[in-house]
Amino acid sequence: MSQAILRVQKISGHAGSVPGEDTQREYTVCKLIDTTTCIGCKACEVACMEWNDLPFGETVFGNTYQTMPETRWNYWNLILFNEHEREDGSLMWLMRKNQCMHCAEPGCLAACPADGAIVQYTNGIVDFQQANCIGCGYCITGCPFDIPKMNPKTHRVFKCTLCTDRVSEGLEPACIKSCPTGCLHFGSKDDMLELAGNRSKQLREHSNFPNAGVYDPPGVGGTGVIYVLHDASNPEVYGGLPKNPRVPWSVKLWKGPLKWLGNVAMVGGLIGLFVHYLRYGPKEREEEDLVSGPGGGKT
Amino acid sequence: MSHPEHIIPHGRVLRYNLRERLTHWVAAAAYIYLLSTGLAFWSPWLFWVAAALGGAQVSRMLHPWAGLIFFASVWNMYVMWAQQMKYTDDDRKWWKAVKYYSTNQDDKMPPAGRYNAGQKFLFWGFFWGSIALLVTGVVLWFPEYIPWNLRFLRYLSVLIHPATALFTIGLFMIHLYMGLFAERGAFGSVIRGDVSMAFARRYHPAWYKEIVGESSSPRK
Ligand code: HEM
Ligand code: SF4
Ligand code: SF4
Repeated sequence: MSQAILRVQKISGHAGSVPGEDTQREYTVCKLIDTTTCIGCKACEVACMEWNDLPFGETVFGNTYQTMPETRWNYWNLILFNEHEREDGSLMWLMRKNQCMHCAEPGCLAACPADGAIVQYTNGIVDFQQANCIGCGYCITGCPFDIPKMNPKTHRVFKCTLCTDRVSEGLEPACIKSCPTGCLHFGSKDDMLELAGNRSKQLREHSNFPNAGVYDPPGVGGTGVIYVLHDASNPEVYGGLPKNPRVPWSVKLWKGPLKWLGNVAMVGGLIGLFVHYLRYGPKEREEEDLVSGPGGGKT
Repeated sequence: MSHPEHIIPHGRVLRYNLRERLTHWVAAAAYIYLLSTGLAFWSPWLFWVAAALGGAQVSRMLHPWAGLIFFASVWNMYVMWAQQMKYTDDDRKWWKAVKYYSTNQDDKMPPAGRYNAGQKFLFWGFFWGSIALLVTGVVLWFPEYIPWNLRFLRYLSVLIHPATALFTIGLFMIHLYMGLFAERGAFGSVIRGDVSMAFARRYHPAWYKEIVGESSSPRK
């Protein structure tokens, strides 16, 4: 979505080296979402649409405060509402700000076949470049969080950019600015992990949430968006936040061993046929040789 | 039983009628397009092929449609040829002797009918392959409409589609090699439709017998 002022460390569907790989010591940026202080006001949803100038769409009422069932190509940031009954019978309202997680090892990027349609900047932001997108939807299959969404008209895929354009100018993302309770924070990954760790400790020790913890899933190399959860042992109750997200094994198999096997087999097959021709040649040099009948063999 | 209607002037034998030849070339054109655009998305090193064919977006848009054309032509082949492609005991013998076939000692081969066992394998490989490619291809066509709880369909399709494509690429390479290089005369049979008597007798003796009847002297 934005101009690549930032250097790039990973490129989808790219042959050869990546220009920005290992060229920068910039720290990784991170958004911290403290679900325990979110009041579900949706200021961040509005700020996202405002800053990114996204067209308004229909909301869908599903008997909760949720704006619509899931994010859309033009609605990148959605507060998920869930009623959760705790073991002691008490009720909790869980609210989770859902958007792209900016995975350190993004499945979307691994799956994408188009050169430069998905890039990861050295600061960790994963950004889609719609000009290069071919609309194949492989990223939808690669993402363990169900984030990339297709614009049905242009057949290009969109998602949260972590406000790359703002971040590259030293500003924080629009959603962070809008949050009235201060449950959103933005900074370096190290700082955010420390803040999240302290907050979890506080929840465990002073607020009767013995399982409170930080969500920074290692299966995708950690994420550029981390959560503080009241119950980190059960992230699924927060609108299906996967417990141990990974790039699907079939995507890994497809982009890894199958690719190598296939390439070796195709090149090997071509060489094999060529050598066979050099060794044995055509079955008959001239059709006419055959008039003498079977058994002619090689001439 | 003899089929003299297959024998055309100049002592040649009609091997493929117009419908068969047309179907073959529609399938071939569609397949080559599918192969080129598919491989472009398979490997970043071949992405330029999609650019050369009108742009990657166009390739993505047309690949599935070419797939439908390809599948329709393979289906037509099934309608025309399935009967003749049935495996027989002779085919089992043929496979046992395949090393003579691949080393050009065709005189040591058990007699083949209109299609030898290798050609039958090619046909069934392509037939089942195109069914698998069609089913998985449709999933890949509309991944955004596959609901999240059915996502295993997408996970399977991104594996099975290219794996099946690779299988057919293997068949395709051997097919081209046989038709263009190894069996001189085979290429003409899908262009003009006929082969020489000698070709028929050498590569498809049982078929040849069927056409000329028991007396194996070709008519003039
Ligand atoms: C029969 C109907 C077919 C349909 C509906 C279909 C559809 C698709 C779709 C939608 C994709 C995703 C990206 C793209 O559009 O390129 C794809 C990829 C691909 N297709 Fe097909 N296809 C069909 C047949 C074939 C055939 C006959 C081949 C034979 C070479 C083939 C080879 C490929 C390859 C190699 C890929 C890329 C896989 C990858 O990215 O790893 N397809 N196909
Ligand atoms: S749809 Fe997704 S995977 Fe396909 S080219 Fe666009 S960004 Fe890449
Ligand atoms: S959450 Fe999905 S879209 Fe976002 S970086 Fe991770 S894999 Fe890509």
